[in-house]
Amino acid sequence: MAYPNEYRYTKEHEWIFREGQTGTIGITDYAQRQLGDVVYVELPKVGNAVKKGEAFGTVESVKAVSEIFAPADGTVKEINEKLAGAPELINQDPHQRAWLIKIELAQPAELDALLTAAEYEQFIAETAEH
Amino acid sequence: MAITRASRHLVQNEPLIFERSAAGKRGYQLPPLDVPAADLTGLGRLRRDQIADFPEVSELEVIRHFTRLSTWNYGVDTGLYPLGSCTMKYNPRVNEQVARLEGLAQGHPLQPEELSQGALRIMHLLSRYLLEITGMDAITLQPAAGAHGEMTGILMIHALLSARGEARHKVLIPDSAHGTNPATAAIAGYQVQNLRSNARGTVDLADLDRVMTDDVAALMLTNPNTLGLFEEDIHRIADLIHERGGLLYMDGANMNALVGRARPGDFGVDVMHLNLHKTFSTPHGGGGPGAGPVAVKSELEPFLPIPVITAGADGRLRADYDRPRTIGRMRSFYGNFGMFVRALAYIMANGCDGLKQTTEDAVLNANYIRRGLEGAYALPYDRPCMHECVFSDQKQQAHGVSTGDIAKRLIDYGFHPYTVSFPLVVRGAMMIEPTESAGRDELDEFIAALRAIAAEAETEPERVKSAPHTTRLSRLDEVSAARQPILRWRR
Repeated sequence: MAYPNEYRYTKEHEWIFREGQTGTIGITDYAQRQLGDVVYVELPKVGNAVKKGEAFGTVESVKAVSEIFAPADGTVKEINEKLAGAPELINQDPHQRAWLIKIELAQPAELDALLTAAEYEQFIAETAEH
Repeated sequence: MAITRASRHLVQNEPLIFERSAAGKRGYQLPPLDVPAADLTGLGRLRRDQIADFPEVSELEVIRHFTRLSTWNYGVDTGLYPLGSCTMKYNPRVNEQVARLEGLAQGHPLQPEELSQGALRIMHLLSRYLLEITGMDAITLQPAAGAHGEMTGILMIHALLSARGEARHKVLIPDSAHGTNPATAAIAGYQVQNLRSNARGTVDLADLDRVMTDDVAALMLTNPNTLGLFEEDIHRIADLIHERGGLLYMDGANMNALVGRARPGDFGVDVMHLNLHKTFSTPHGGGGPGAGPVAVKSELEPFLPIPVITAGADGRLRADYDRPRTIGRMRSFYGNFGMFVRALAYIMANGCDGLKQTTEDAVLNANYIRRGLEGAYALPYDRPCMHECVFSDQKQQAHGVSTGDIAKRLIDYGFHPYTVSFPLVVRGAMMIEPTESAGRDELDEFIAALRAIAAEAETEPERVKSAPHTTRLSRLDEVSAARQPILRWRR
């Protein structure tokens, strides 16, 4: 699956897509493949603050429970309600329909420091070698 | 390839007891009512004349049903149980014999102290032996299992730091730790900070130096760690933590590698728990129950849970509740007393030399497996291990076979699977802990089985990927079970 060029990525395998002051956050295709079949997603409440590098939710698969880290500071504006009933969306369409939360970005410029699609692809290629 | 099965189990299936039900069958007989019947009309809508769909079966049907189910069990008493990190060792029958002595089995915790001197002496003596084994200063036997012990220990650390007037907010936990460690720290209100392992699979001292600030209350360390490797820098780790005002908590889950050979109290540990149901041969899992004593250095003694068993000048033992700085009570009465009897029986039956031998045999067995499987499976940290060894499925992944597939195939060979996909620092981990209970013939059989599976993974991977084949049920649909769990029987 291709990593969209307009997204930014973290080494913890989250993606974020900026539209104005809003950042949409999800986990990458690489992350969903590592996790295996996702069975449950725990997301924060609308209005909660999220902090760059800190966990804001969890994704549970048949193999493991993993924390999801915020790629940037902000406030939760919207959560993807569909995931509660259909966690498998994360396996099927991690970069589009299975977005997790949308946040009001505190400092949109923060995103510039994150990985580009090309940098992220290189990062996971190196990770796989170990 | 022909399978040599290490054990056989019944293959007949068994319906649910609900499906055996037929209206009117009874398994009980009540005596005539000898008190006035209660008037239940006041319950209104809450009143039920019958419990819907409760099974109606005869006494013999109940007995047969559960007896048949019990024959499906796989336990230490049926075969090798190499579940890494769980120390599934033999539960010696002498433990059971002693625990069933009438005075112990029928004793009650509300008996007066003068009638409970024997029970108190067992706890007192066990405490002394455990302190001798761990090199610590004081102990509570109360916690009901390992994670409960962790909670007790972390609450005591919090109490000590509060008494020092320090508010520290973080607990450091290596990335190889048992999941209960971060859970404990989080439940106790601490922020968890991960500590990286180095290329040798042990704590990265440079990373520790970086994250060990004056906001860190404790490091929770397992030694040997979950890779089965001894933390060789333990003294330097302890010094670094102490120099910066923190405490060192040791998860004693892997104590089976140390008893009689090394004492955590001597290498700088401040608080630790033991798992009597691992290291000290009391039953683990199923029936249990567990027991997770917590041993501490003298500085933490005032904070021990109450009651603490103390000996008076006349030798009489009593339960001391008058301890103003205690963290309180962690468990009703004294903890799981029956396990104290068994653990004490184990320690006394083995003696000092026996305990030492036990540890050496456990380590020898793990290394025998490590060498026996060399070449067949990848060994991410290739150096002598302690009581368990961790392989990975890296070689088998080339054929699409994963650690979970190999574990399920192992069932066809009559063995309980090893621990799958843990520790998380090894991708596709296969964690094997034979304990000292396994004899050489059994280890050879186990190694042969895993070698045969490695060969199958190359020549007929589908056979491994669709295992087990010889059980009543084969692959279960774990994904649907987790996504749409059916939590109760329906007609």
